[in-house]
Amino acid sequence: MDTTRRIILKASMAASTLAVAAGANLLTPTTVFAAWPAKAFEAKKMDVAMNVITGKARPTTSADITVDAPDIAENGAVVSVKVTTTLPKVESMSVYVPVNAFPLSASYILSSQMEASISGRIKMAKTADIIAIVKSNGKLYTAKKAVKVTLGGCGG
Amino acid sequence: MARKMKIRAWDNGKNTSIKAIIFHPMETGLRKDKKTGKKIPGHFITEVTCEHNGKNILTCLWGPGVSKNPFISFNFNGAKKGDSVKISWVDNQGGKGGSTANIS
Repeated sequence: MDTTRRIILKASMAASTLAVAAGANLLTPTTVFAAWPAKAFEAKKMDVAMNVITGKARPTTSADITVDAPDIAENGAVVSVKVTTTLPKVESMSVYVPVNAFPLSASYILSSQMEASISGRIKMAKTADIIAIVKSNGKLYTAKKAVKVTLGGCGG
Repeated sequence: MARKMKIRAWDNGKNTSIKAIIFHPMETGLRKDKKTGKKIPGHFITEVTCEHNGKNILTCLWGPGVSKNPFISFNFNGAKKGDSVKISWVDNQGGKGGSTANIS
């Protein structure tokens, strides 16, 4: 098992996304995963990334969403972000950093059992707004939070 | 394999809290190796699923913009002590992992 894995890993590193896809197929996990929206995550522009997730609909600004993050992040490689909302029937929550090379950081699909509050850690290239987009009851809402980054976390 | 993730699940009195950390490099594919000048290939988790007693409660779709050794924390309803919580992940290079915990 482990040997196969190594070979697949090497293959995918050397070659294209095709190899990655093949690798993923061979290693089909017991859990069925939803399709990962590659286009959204590979998009380098904020609006392109957003369109894949939201379609043409534009979210409205909502005071019922809280984006909790530090005012100043010393290290852009690890910025704690908590998105909370009191909006009903939350279907998904997405977190964007428009200045990053890939603006879409994370997107969460929530079941009805979930409380609409998720925290995680993301990278930020430089000082910017963190934008959250929440889909609630079929409609899109947004909120943002400005974070000052003293040391960027995406470069090399 | 080294220990790849940690999960904690507990009854917080109102509902269930989950905290999990996955040990993963989350390489963006944009960084360059300082010695060779070559780009380091992207290596990051793309999907994480969280299940309660076999039923999906949360799917996380991640890009390279999530920090190294990703951490996630959330609460959910409808569970009781002793129930199992399973978190599994896959990355863009075909790697995968997961772990289960019982709600304490």
